[in-house]
Amino acid sequence: MATLTDSDVTLDIRNLQTHFATDRGVSKAVDGVSFTVRRNETLAVVGESGSGKSVTSLSTMRLIQSPPGRIAGGEILFRRRDGSVHDLAKAPESLMRKIRGNEIGMIFQEPMTSLNPVYTVGDQIGETLRLHQKLDRPAARAAALAMLKMVGIPAADRRIDEYPHQMSGGMRQRVIIAMALACRPTLLIADEPTTALDVTIQAQILDLMRRLQADTGTSILFITHNLGVVAEIAHRVAVMYAGRVVEEGDVRSLFKNPRHPYTRGLLACMPHLGQGKGASARLEAIPGTVPSPTARPGGCVFAPRCAHAQPACTTAEEPALELVEPGHTARCRRWREI
Amino acid sequence: MTNAEPLLRIRNLQKRFPIRGGLLQRPVAWVNAVDDLSLDIHRGEVVGLVGESGSGKTTAGRSILRLLEPTAGSIRFDGQEITGLSKDAMRAQRRRMQIVFQDPYASLDPRQRVRDVIGEALDIHGIGTKEDRRDRIAALLHKVGLTADAMDRFPHEFSGGQRQRIGIARALAVEPDFIVADEPVSALDVSVQAQVVNLLRDLQQELGLAVLFIAHDLAVVRYISDRVAVMYLGRMMEIAPSESLYDRPRHPYTLALLSAAPTPDPDAPRNRVLLDGDIPSPMNPPSGCVFRTRCPFALPACAEPAARAMREVAPGHHVACIRDDIPAPASAVV
Repeated sequence: MATLTDSDVTLDIRNLQTHFATDRGVSKAVDGVSFTVRRNETLAVVGESGSGKSVTSLSTMRLIQSPPGRIAGGEILFRRRDGSVHDLAKAPESLMRKIRGNEIGMIFQEPMTSLNPVYTVGDQIGETLRLHQKLDRPAARAAALAMLKMVGIPAADRRIDEYPHQMSGGMRQRVIIAMALACRPTLLIADEPTTALDVTIQAQILDLMRRLQADTGTSILFITHNLGVVAEIAHRVAVMYAGRVVEEGDVRSLFKNPRHPYTRGLLACMPHLGQGKGASARLEAIPGTVPSPTARPGGCVFAPRCAHAQPACTTAEEPALELVEPGHTARCRRWREI
Repeated sequence: MTNAEPLLRIRNLQKRFPIRGGLLQRPVAWVNAVDDLSLDIHRGEVVGLVGESGSGKTTAGRSILRLLEPTAGSIRFDGQEITGLSKDAMRAQRRRMQIVFQDPYASLDPRQRVRDVIGEALDIHGIGTKEDRRDRIAALLHKVGLTADAMDRFPHEFSGGQRQRIGIARALAVEPDFIVADEPVSALDVSVQAQVVNLLRDLQQELGLAVLFIAHDLAVVRYISDRVAVMYLGRMMEIAPSESLYDRPRHPYTLALLSAAPTPDPDAPRNRVLLDGDIPSPMNPPSGCVFRTRCPFALPACAEPAARAMREVAPGHHVACIRDDIPAPASAVV
């Protein structure tokens, strides 16, 4: 059994490596990622496609298909409900079955494909409770109904018997949240939970997640590409690029004082609501694209797209995450100057 | 800009889709995807069209180009009514009206080299000669920020942002006056979005294009548009010059949409107008104002047919709401 000294930490990922075997060689989708998520805290992992953020969340749940994928190194320390700490990277599948959907709840992007179309939503939420909490049918139904009410589904006693296709996207995502939280997980992993939703529905769901966290104290690992959503929901943020965390910190510190050129670029390239056509300033696009995970550049992985790169950035070894202010780290050798 | 006949003049455009059922697959109901849409787009003007899924914005864009046949209404392009035109006559018009699609992965034929993707448009419209074809394509690729050697490659060899550049080059190949850009950046990563938005803005200004820019991202729309129209459940709720719409939205739906947009600033005030529920079924829209079932400011009179009328509340600022006391964004509270 592993140990975690800080009793407030729910999840501690240390130097995680997840690799995929491909025709073009080994793809290091996650290449040395470390972060922690505490009780009552939302950590947002933000990045573009190919950054490795979703593979990180799938690795945590041990849902990486193998082969071609495998966890090649590192630790995923998770504190169970009974206080014991386990390294999920090496946990047997029998233990993962007890944890998944029970102590770790999951919400995925696409609300239609994560629900089974041939069962009513009540049956699907009830199944989780019967399996993990050993409730009988009537008790599971009563608990499912309570969950549907908690996530704000109107006329829940009628809708509990509906099928997923009878519901709108926003309602389905509420059902998924109800299902994910049914067993009172200590950790909720939400992978782009609002990306497929309209903004007015997204606002409802984020509001719901905030309220539920305040009630239950659940730790949330929130995966997204949307910095606007991050600012709304996160307490802390880890910015991922090309399989690594390039900057991590408290949400206010990271948004107000971003130190890594990639984080700065991401923030600068989004138009703000107040920025009109008259504004002569162009959007500051980051040139180029994310490097292929099978052919990453040496040195700093962001250097080829970085306006501040110097020869040393590509020739010297990749910089480590350095403390730039309390609780805020960045992986850039030039963070002091820029 | 307001006196001249606009390049595009749309009046009372309607597009209905049948819902078929029963043994004979007869229409059993109708969906009004676009209902009573009127809009002018002037030469060189960018009009943003925003709304959530199901608002009818994509159907509107396609009906205007007659990629979908409108059910009723009038579309005049450069003074000519195009709704009744034959296929051949319409093809000639299409040279002047083009579209850029949302998904750069689905909108390019994977078996065509880039030079054929773009060359096809030139062939159909009989533009240029065989000899100058290569130069023409190279110039187009250069214009969208790609190099000439891209022309001999296949779409799968390009990233999403590069593919969208190819889609833009294809649309521009026939030198159109008007482009419908249907969510052109929403499938792209944020860092690449900015590249493509900058490109579209530069090309629009350089070529004096009129653009209908369809999107759900309000910040991107404001950045590129002169005027913005907001649609909900097939109907236009509000249209105004960008500044006026964003600074002082008059329709409760616009207000809700603006307040729901997440801002990348953890200290931004969150004066949310949280809407209850979802968009109603377009098969059975509410009477009167279609937004009234979710509107926090609805009155009994909103159910009357008169509540659908557009009225001008400030110069060029039209709104389909009967109330004048909708709060300004800063003072709107949850």
